[in-house]
Amino acid sequence: MQRRNLMKLAAASGGAALAGPALAACTTTSGGSADGELALWSQAAGSPAEVEVTEAIIKDFNGSQDTYKASFEPFPQEVYNDTVNAAALSGDLPDLLTVDGPNVPNWAWAGHLQPLDLSTELTDKFLPTVLGKFQGELYAVGHWEAACSIFARQSVLDAADVRVPTMESPWTREEFDDALQRVVADGAYQWAIDFSTADTGEWFPYAYSPFLQSFGGDLINRDTYLSAEGALNGPEALAWGQWFQGLFTSGLANVESPVGAEDFMQGKAAMAFHGNWGALAAMDLYDDMLFLPPPDFGNGPKIGGGSWQWAVTSTADTAGATSWLETAFSDEYVAEFCNQTGQIPATDAAAELTEHYGTDGDLRMLVDYSKAYAVLRPETPAYTVIASVFSQYAGNIVHGGDVQEALDAAVAEIDADIESNSGYGF
Amino acid sequence: MASAKLASRASASTEGAAAGAAPPGPSRPRRRSFARAEQRAGAAFAVPGVALLLLFVIGPAVVSLVLAFTNARLISPTPPEFVGLENFQRAFGEDATFHKSLLNTFLFAAVVVPLQGGLGLVLALLVNQKLAGRNFFRTVFFLPVITSMVVVSLLWRFLYQEDGLINSALSMVTGGAWAGQAWLANPSTAMGAIVVMSVWQGVGFHMIIWLAGLQTIPEEIYEAGALDGTTPWQRFRYLTLPLLKPTFVFVLITITIAAMSLFVQVNIMTAGGPVGSTSTIVFQIVQKGFQQQQMGYGAALSLIFFCIVLALALVQRHLTRDRD
Amino acid sequence: MTVLAGFFLFPIVFMVVASLKNDHQIFADMNSFKAFLPTGDLSLANYAAVFDRVPFWRFLGNTLFVTAMVTGFGLVVNSMCGYALARMRWKGRGLVFGLIIATLILPFDTTIVPLVYLVANLPWVGFNGLTPVLELGWLNTYRVQIIPFIVNAFSIFLFAQYFKSLPKGLEEAAAIDGAGWLRTYWRIIVPLSKPVFATVAILTVVTSPATWNAYLWPLMTVQSEELRPVMVGVQYFFQLDTAWGEVMAYMTMITLPMVIVFLVFQRAFIQSIASAGMKD
Repeated sequence: MQRRNLMKLAAASGGAALAGPALAACTTTSGGSADGELALWSQAAGSPAEVEVTEAIIKDFNGSQDTYKASFEPFPQEVYNDTVNAAALSGDLPDLLTVDGPNVPNWAWAGHLQPLDLSTELTDKFLPTVLGKFQGELYAVGHWEAACSIFARQSVLDAADVRVPTMESPWTREEFDDALQRVVADGAYQWAIDFSTADTGEWFPYAYSPFLQSFGGDLINRDTYLSAEGALNGPEALAWGQWFQGLFTSGLANVESPVGAEDFMQGKAAMAFHGNWGALAAMDLYDDMLFLPPPDFGNGPKIGGGSWQWAVTSTADTAGATSWLETAFSDEYVAEFCNQTGQIPATDAAAELTEHYGTDGDLRMLVDYSKAYAVLRPETPAYTVIASVFSQYAGNIVHGGDVQEALDAAVAEIDADIESNSGYGF
Repeated sequence: MASAKLASRASASTEGAAAGAAPPGPSRPRRRSFARAEQRAGAAFAVPGVALLLLFVIGPAVVSLVLAFTNARLISPTPPEFVGLENFQRAFGEDATFHKSLLNTFLFAAVVVPLQGGLGLVLALLVNQKLAGRNFFRTVFFLPVITSMVVVSLLWRFLYQEDGLINSALSMVTGGAWAGQAWLANPSTAMGAIVVMSVWQGVGFHMIIWLAGLQTIPEEIYEAGALDGTTPWQRFRYLTLPLLKPTFVFVLITITIAAMSLFVQVNIMTAGGPVGSTSTIVFQIVQKGFQQQQMGYGAALSLIFFCIVLALALVQRHLTRDRD
Repeated sequence: MTVLAGFFLFPIVFMVVASLKNDHQIFADMNSFKAFLPTGDLSLANYAAVFDRVPFWRFLGNTLFVTAMVTGFGLVVNSMCGYALARMRWKGRGLVFGLIIATLILPFDTTIVPLVYLVANLPWVGFNGLTPVLELGWLNTYRVQIIPFIVNAFSIFLFAQYFKSLPKGLEEAAAIDGAGWLRTYWRIIVPLSKPVFATVAILTVVTSPATWNAYLWPLMTVQSEELRPVMVGVQYFFQLDTAWGEVMAYMTMITLPMVIVFLVFQRAFIQSIASAGMKD
């Protein structure tokens, strides 16, 4: 909102009582259209480093050409999806916005997004899990990836006589269960492993469904994308649910562990399953940090893939948005994002430009885990409902509810939703 | 509904007085033009409020009513279709989470209404005495009310943790006998924990309402009572309580409506868990209708909710009506 | 009573004390009474960090502006409506009263989606210089945070109750003196009704979903950071890693103004509720 316009407005309305900012229709930041203005939204509010990089890209972009002028609006992440859905409801989306990877199919199906017109020369450099696709079309690309791993300390594992797993030889289920018992055996730790269960929302499917997949189950049957029957409530899923629940009922893991692996950071838990965004803080705290590959429950180690990505809305100025993306996706900006936020760079060239993720970097293994283990959450518009339903029923499992009952109920709700949407186009 | 009752009683008494006394009013022709002017002015005074009410409250409610019979999605490329009573069949027939939410909501209301109303009265009686520092205590009891529910919920979520302050305090009071537990993570204690927090937050408001009722009782009545040699309890039971009847009806109905609408605390503290033990009707309306984008189904749940609260209010009004 | 007061105060004391500590200190002190005591390494660092993360003064200004507008216009519109219902005879009065009572039991959360859709498609006359321009959609403005919340069934009801308790015949006496309805209302009724105006004003600020506690609504209808209110700012602290000390500091900062207002007006407030209260 410009002060000049405000003054004019105040004059025009004769200084009436309402002549505050209430009259000024502030439409500069929303409404994608072909007027040379590019409006951008992202989920980065409250994360100054990330906002700074985006603003730096915009500044460079605006300075490098005269046709388009980009502007930026950050939102708090927790409520970002609700905000975007409300804006979409009323046709007020910007030109470019960030989208959490698993939501790309839903937003593409709903007509919020348009396919990207980027050369494969550009996109081939990126990790496959940062490319948001729906039915063969590319809709979003991310600057960075996130990866979870087992946070542990060398000294703690040594004292408990636990083998340090490697990518060549990750822990088996038996070894992992045994390790959990051993690290709490001497009573120094209240919990064996911290799962940050108090984190609601996307954390549950992002962090826990890869274990389900390693057991051989899944959130949905990926051959048809029409039903979760068998995948989410079959014997493999049941085995996962019982194993996971057992960690909590036997007291190895805290049912209500605070967000951000706080139990581990406080020295209450011996290990944690946590994301790369907590790695630097953990290394500051402990000088013998290990970031270990997740266990292999039979179908190989798995972690969640796909994080926040940039997409172009369906009403946007395609040429302008594409031009912004081409500027933004240089290796330098990818590296800059990751240096500022500690995220994993999406291209190899950028990784070499970063402090931690280069070939010899101290967090290099996270890049390797991402390449080797990352599983995308199901690429279907139904994912929005799958995520909400899975969070609810995985929560029931963690809190001691009947496992088979919870899984069957989750399947029933997911299948009913898919049916009421005529298969979501599958 | 309390309002309707109170209003009709109030107008009955004032109009009755006016009719009986027949005050010296304007002469007949002037009275007729006065009445015509009153017609126009009355409507004019009400128009801004009524227009806004129709547009922003009744309008969306009617839209919601229509959506309840469709399969409308929050966002979807396909237009909504009329599905008849399908949503209601799902709600009453299949949706176990909703059944649980209905039960939880009634349970919450059944505990919170007497607890908050009663504690509010006790606090009001305490701070209505002429004692030193009563303004301080009034402020302290009212402090949670002016603290945002979002803030309060975040704060208590912290306090209820297994190694949180509530457990530390209990452990100290019981001399270490209390073994801490994660209040919000246990299906059998989570709702109780939310009840305690909600009463803590809301009781100050009802304390003030009771206080208002108490202060409308003239001192002379008690003086007369004291002369007759009655005990304080008798004075409270036979003088104060009957005189507080209108306040009672008001408190009862406002707490009931608020309790039935339980949402923010649940949304922030437990997200309906653990194992559905704190899921409520309004939480389901928002979760299904917005988060899971099933707008038609959410609207159907809203309609069910509205009917339940309306029925409750009518029953309460019936039970508390004056029998004379 | 002191024990009771302790029960009501302890979470708030904890919040203020924790806002002075760093995250590790907060967690470390949780299981002892140190949680209430300003012990250990205290600093205002959390408060400084709040200003880095959130445009606090901007948010506060927005909230104050919206709260003042909703409350101010609400007093005028709701009192006039309540007055018409309480003291004037006109066609449709019964129907309107019924509508108002019905909306008392309609929680805002249940109609929010249709309401978003509605305000997104409402027209508005803006001005480009001196030329009126028809605009479509109210999203991302101050007005979307204000106008839908001006009318409030509960406020109308409270006003109507109070006006009924005023002596009968005020209007007719004024009419004999030649005063119109508006003049009578403004010159005679309003001055006699200060307590109920004070009560409704305070209740609007404390309980309306659009004033001090506005959260869900601005979240869904306001996209520009420049227009956001303080409660939405709480979410700024729950990015990947929650900074609990900063959360406590921010929560203290947004609670404090209300506490100050309450302390200043406490006596007047309780007296006004008492005199505007549930008269039979």
